[in-house]
Amino acid sequence: MVPPRPALSFDHLGIVLAVLIGVALFAAPFATYRATRIASGEARLLIEALPVAMASALVLVALGLAAGAVLVRDPLGRLGSAVIGLAVLLPSLGLSAGFLTPADNSFARVSPSAGFWLLSLSFSLLAVDALARMRLGPFGRLVALAVGVSALALLLFSGIWDDLSIIKEYRTRADSFWREARQHLMLAVGSMALACLIGVPLGIASHRLRTLRTAVLQGLGIVQTIPSIALFGLLIAPLGALAASVPLAAALGIRGIGAAPAFIALLLYALLPIVANTIAGLNQVPAVVADAARGMGMSPWQRLVQVELPLALPVILAGIRIVLVQNLGLATVAALIGGGGFGTFVFQGIGQTAIDLVLLGAIPTVVLSFVASIILDALVDFSKGALA
Amino acid sequence: MRPSSLVRLSALLLLVIFVTMPEAFAFLFEPLITPGAPAIYNQGSLFALTMQHLRTVCLATLASTLLAVALGIFVTRPSGAEFLPLSRSLVNIGQTFPPIAVLAIAVPLVGFGEKPTFVALFLYGLLPIFENTLTGLTQVPPTALEAARGMGMNAWQRLVQVELPLALPMILAGIRLSVIISLGTATIGSTVAAKGLGEVIIAGLQSNNIAFVLQGGLVVALLAVLVHDGLGLLERIAARKLGRSLDETP
Repeated sequence: MVPPRPALSFDHLGIVLAVLIGVALFAAPFATYRATRIASGEARLLIEALPVAMASALVLVALGLAAGAVLVRDPLGRLGSAVIGLAVLLPSLGLSAGFLTPADNSFARVSPSAGFWLLSLSFSLLAVDALARMRLGPFGRLVALAVGVSALALLLFSGIWDDLSIIKEYRTRADSFWREARQHLMLAVGSMALACLIGVPLGIASHRLRTLRTAVLQGLGIVQTIPSIALFGLLIAPLGALAASVPLAAALGIRGIGAAPAFIALLLYALLPIVANTIAGLNQVPAVVADAARGMGMSPWQRLVQVELPLALPVILAGIRIVLVQNLGLATVAALIGGGGFGTFVFQGIGQTAIDLVLLGAIPTVVLSFVASIILDALVDFSKGALA
Repeated sequence: MRPSSLVRLSALLLLVIFVTMPEAFAFLFEPLITPGAPAIYNQGSLFALTMQHLRTVCLATLASTLLAVALGIFVTRPSGAEFLPLSRSLVNIGQTFPPIAVLAIAVPLVGFGEKPTFVALFLYGLLPIFENTLTGLTQVPPTALEAARGMGMNAWQRLVQVELPLALPMILAGIRLSVIISLGTATIGSTVAAKGLGEVIIAGLQSNNIAFVLQGGLVVALLAVLVHDGLGLLERIAARKLGRSLDETP
C-alpha cells in the first residue's frame, strides 16, 4: 500500500507544470501578429502583448498558481486554482488581440502563440488531473462538461474574443460554417444511426450463427484496416457507375464524388464496433439468467427484448461511443472528395496556408468529439447503474 | 500450405507486381477513364512512393514506440505513480482528436512537407502504444512479481525479465493499431505536400481521374491489410512463445 505522505512534500506533476508555466511566461511568445491573414507572423512576448499592468497581473496570478500546483495536494483546491487560471488567461487573450491590433486596421490578424497554448495546456492538465483524482461519477462528469461548455459559449458570445483572427475568419464565412457544421453532423450521426439499425440485428444474428459471425467479423475487420481516404476513393468508382447507369440513383443525389461515398464509407467503418460489441454484450449474458427466462415461459423474442438486450446494453453503448467519436473525426476527411463538413475549412486553410482557417475547421471537430465521448461515457455508466 | 497463408502470399505478390510494373495492368483501368487521359499514374513511380510512405510510417512508429513504452514504464513505477491518473485521462482525451486535426495543427508549427506528417504520426501513434503498455504492465499478475522478488531479482531484473515479456503481446497489439492508423494518416499527409501514396489519390481527385484514385486506394488498402495481418502473426508468435516459456518453468 502507499505509505502515508509527510506533511510537506512537493507534488511531482506540480513541479512539471510549474516549469511549463515558467517557460510559457518568460521564454515563449504569447501571441502572433500578422499584417494580413496570410503574412508571416511576428512573435509578441507576454509583456509586449498586453498593457503593462495587465501583463504583470497575469504573470503574478500564473506564478501563484504554479506555486499552488507544487504545494496544494487537495484535488478540490487544485481544480479551483486551474479554474482561476483559465478564467484569467482566456479573456486576456481577447484583450491582447484588441491591444495589438492597430485602430481602424481591418487587415491585421492576431492569433494565440506558443506561450498562450502552453499556459492553457498547463492549467487544463491541472484541471484534468484534479478531476481524475476526484473520480467523479457520470452525473458529476456531465455537470463539469456543462460548466465547461457554458464558459466557452460565454466567452464566444460576450465578444471578448472578437479581435482574434479565428473569430474574424468565422465572421467572413458564418453562413458556410453552419452549413458545413450541419453536413458534418449529418455525415457522422446519420451514418452512426444507420449503422445501429443494421449492426445490432446483424450482431444478434451473428451471435446465434457461428458461421455468419466468423465471416462478418473478418470482412468488417478488413474494412477497418483500409485507410479512410483510400476507402473514399475506392467507393467513388462504383457509385459513379451507379449514378451513370441508374437515373433514380442520380436523382437521389448519389454521385461518385460528394457526400454519398463519404456516408457509405463512414457506415462501413461504423459497423465493426457495433456488431462486435453487440455479440460481446450478448455473450456475457449469464446462462442462468437465460435459463430462468426460458423457465418462466418467455418466447425467444421476449427473452431477447426483455432480458438479453437490456443486459447487453452497456457493451453496445460502448460500441456506439467508439463509432461516434471515430465518425466525427473521419467525417473531416470527407471534404477531400467534396463531401463537405468541417474538413472543408481544414483543407481550404491548408491550401491557402491560412492557419486560422485550419483551426476554424479543426477546433470544432475536436470539441464535438470530446463532448460526444464524455456524454456517451456517462450514458454507458448510467446503463450499468440501471442494471445493478 | 494452409489456404489463409496462400491468400496472404498471393496478395503480397500482387502488390509487389503492381507497384513495380503498373503498366501491365493498364487494360484493367482503361474502361474507367475519359479517352486520352492516362490510365496509370504517370507523375512518379508507384514503387518509390510506396517505399517513401512505408519509410515515414516506420520512422514515426519507431519513435512513438520508444517514447510510449518508456513513458508507460515510468508511470507504472512507484516514482512516477503521481502521473498515472493524469496520463490515463490524457490518453482518453487524446484519442478524441481526429488524426487529420493533429496533422492540420502540426502544419503551423513545423511548416509544409514531411515534417508535419511525421509529427502527426508520431504524436497520434503514441496513444495506442502507451495505452497498451499501461494495460500490459498493470495486468502482470501480482503472484508473478512476488515470485520474482522471492527469487531475489532487483527492480530492473523484474522489469526486463518478468514484466516486459508478459506485457509484450499487449504492447505489440498497440504498435499494430498505431501502424494502421499511421498508414491512413500518412495518406492524408499528401495534402500538406508529404511524399507518399496519398499523392496518387489526390492527383486523381484533382484531375477527375478515377483510375488514379483507384490505384492509390488499392495500394494503400492492400498495404494496410498485409501489414495488419503480418503484425498480427508476430503477436501470436510472441504470445505462443510466452505460453511455452511459462510451461517450461516448473
